Amino acid sequence: MPLFTSPDDVRVRLAETGYLADDAIATTVFLADALGKPLLVEGPAGTGKTELAKAVATAADAELVRLQCYEGLDEARALYEWNYKKQLLRIQAANAGEAWEETHDDIFSEEFLLARPLLTAIRRADPTVLLVDETDKADVEVEGLLLEVLSDFQVTVPELGTIAATRKPFVVLTSNATRELSEALKRRCLFLHVDYPDAEREKAIVLSRVPEVPAALAEQLVRTVRTLRALELKKAPSIAESIDWARTLLALGLDTLDESTVGQTLGVVLKHASDHARATKELGLN
Amino acid sequence: MSVDATAPGGLIDRHVAFVAALRGAGLPVSLAESLDATQAMAAIDLRHREQLRAAYAAAVVKRAPHRATFDRLFDLWWPPAIGDGEPAYDDTTGDEAPDDADPTDNETLRQLLREALRDVLLSDDDEAIRRLARQAVTGLGRADTQPGRQSWFTYRVLRAMSPETLLASLLESVLAGQERGGLAEKVARQMLAERIRKFEEAVEAEVRRRLAEDRGVDNISKTAVKPLIDQVDFLRASRDEIAELRRTVYPIARRLATRLTAKRRLGRSGRLDVRRTVRASLSSGGVPLTTIHKPHKPHKPELVVLCDVSGSVAAFAHFTVLLAFALREQFARVRVFAFVDTCDEVTRFFEHGDDVVDALARMSREADVVWFDGHSDYGHSFDVFNQKWSDAITPKTSLLILGDARNNYRAQSVAALRSIARHARHAYWLNPEPRQYWGSGDSAASAYGEVMPMIECRNAAQLQEFVEGILPV
Repeated sequence: MPLFTSPDDVRVRLAETGYLADDAIATTVFLADALGKPLLVEGPAGTGKTELAKAVATAADAELVRLQCYEGLDEARALYEWNYKKQLLRIQAANAGEAWEETHDDIFSEEFLLARPLLTAIRRADPTVLLVDETDKADVEVEGLLLEVLSDFQVTVPELGTIAATRKPFVVLTSNATRELSEALKRRCLFLHVDYPDAEREKAIVLSRVPEVPAALAEQLVRTVRTLRALELKKAPSIAESIDWARTLLALGLDTLDESTVGQTLGVVLKHASDHARATKELGLN
Repeated sequence: MSVDATAPGGLIDRHVAFVAALRGAGLPVSLAESLDATQAMAAIDLRHREQLRAAYAAAVVKRAPHRATFDRLFDLWWPPAIGDGEPAYDDTTGDEAPDDADPTDNETLRQLLREALRDVLLSDDDEAIRRLARQAVTGLGRADTQPGRQSWFTYRVLRAMSPETLLASLLESVLAGQERGGLAEKVARQMLAERIRKFEEAVEAEVRRRLAEDRGVDNISKTAVKPLIDQVDFLRASRDEIAELRRTVYPIARRLATRLTAKRRLGRSGRLDVRRTVRASLSSGGVPLTTIHKPHKPHKPELVVLCDVSGSVAAFAHFTVLLAFALREQFARVRVFAFVDTCDEVTRFFEHGDDVVDALARMSREADVVWFDGHSDYGHSFDVFNQKWSDAITPKTSLLILGDARNNYRAQSVAALRSIARHARHAYWLNPEPRQYWGSGDSAASAYGEVMPMIECRNAAQLQEFVEGILPV
């Protein structure tokens, strides 16, 4: 049962949640849903990758199950784990007369299974969005695990048998491209590169997130951010930082963006001292 | 639409040929991905071109750097219009004046188009920019190459339109009386430059489309594709390409650092941490279910880079030095020495995470690298290094020498190099020249190559390969 009926439907419903999608994002989300394929979202930090998954979950009225990846993430944290401590207690508390077979069957039952995000997402009968966040941070072995889960949408627990998805979750994987993900994983996914938006869309995003900011100021702010991005910086300002900047200006009660206000608040968008110095020099801020 | 997709020249054939062109341009499109693309096409509205583009991109482009190549080929294989025309399904007729102008009168047409360009650049309408580019190419881009043969030229259109000359009057309109020279002007300039670039790109795309109509898509596809930025030859890179390369330093460094850290961690695990293992076992009734090991103390080498910064190889040296500094967390210490015909330490320009462009400019201005005539002299540079800084090389040092080894037929001082290299733990020479030219003419590559391994490093991809695969960290 698809969640969306057309790319335009995606765009409208995402917009209702406050996420403004462009053509590419709307079409790709629609296709990921229609073809039942995982969606791999890649792009610089702060361009709304995680936000997209949350927005899809809200728009489709689905539960968001999140697997945050980090170095050293393993099966026990991603898929499932037996609750050893509880099993140990069960064995120690067993009646002396109880046969080993009974105990064995008992301790490997549902009661002692700790479902982790991947298993949780597969077992859910209601609409689910599975977000695998920062996939590039996880080790290569985790990709193998994801591959198995994402291609068949089933998990085999040796003691319980195979658990297949009753309803395929909508899967979103995000990556900052700190390393190349494996070809095999990419092949199974639809790929979406999210970059900094064009001026018009960025302005709309700032206005929708910070509605109190005057449109003229938002326009000025977005243009200035784009000028900053064109400089050779260590870290270009992201959309999240544009929004922060708008909030800052609002909080300070400033309504135009001239040399002195930019100079005072530049720290909100540029986080490296050398970037700061470069922008000050190139834009003639003092 | 009731079109038979399987007919010869139908949708399926077009799709297969397009995928073949993508593969030809170096995109690894598997059969499974090609099938995904066809499924995606069935799911969307084919009359909506941007949806088709997004569908293809989602299914077959799995690396961001491939996107530019994909877009060029997509525009060729799924053109937005045919011939001079407006798109067939677009019923807004072109209300622009140039259509009515007498096409034989080039000057009038040019003036009208420039007027239109001025208006278009002031509005932020991508579709209008593309439409104008199409009209401009139709009107101004055609020229006779030989009797009876015509072709299309980007250069003719851009020269006739010369969008840069409109900049002054455009700035005036955008600034509307605001003070010149300040932040407002910088921002306006950036915005206009962006739109002018959009227009130029639209003209280029339009010319490619017209050429493709005349000569066949296949022929144009092959020449339309630019190499990926990490494949661009250091010695032949244009200024824009070098600037773009510099932008990739930090992403590359981040990627390399991740891989190097992972590699370092993969070795044997450290000694058993008894205290933490016993502590952890208490929560499982004294049974040590998991053992905990002490982390390894990472071994970090010192890196000494000795680089030729003379004109011909400067781009390569700059890029590599920036990369070395971006990776400095992976090393106990990084020291950089630059030379042309004598040698000087330049570490101080990069040390404090200073601004990249400044650091490079200050290095070439302030460092004492020219002694005699400003032509590369490897021999003298090695002698100077050996006398002044031989203590920089310790048994913990990894030594990198960057340069093309073109010595202008001067003394080679192989003995000095040998003595430098002997004290280092590892020594490598990275040469940006193609291997087949090594040792030809004034190249001392064969002599130096006997002292230390010399590695061909012509583009960013090869440099990454070296750092990841060979550099011992």
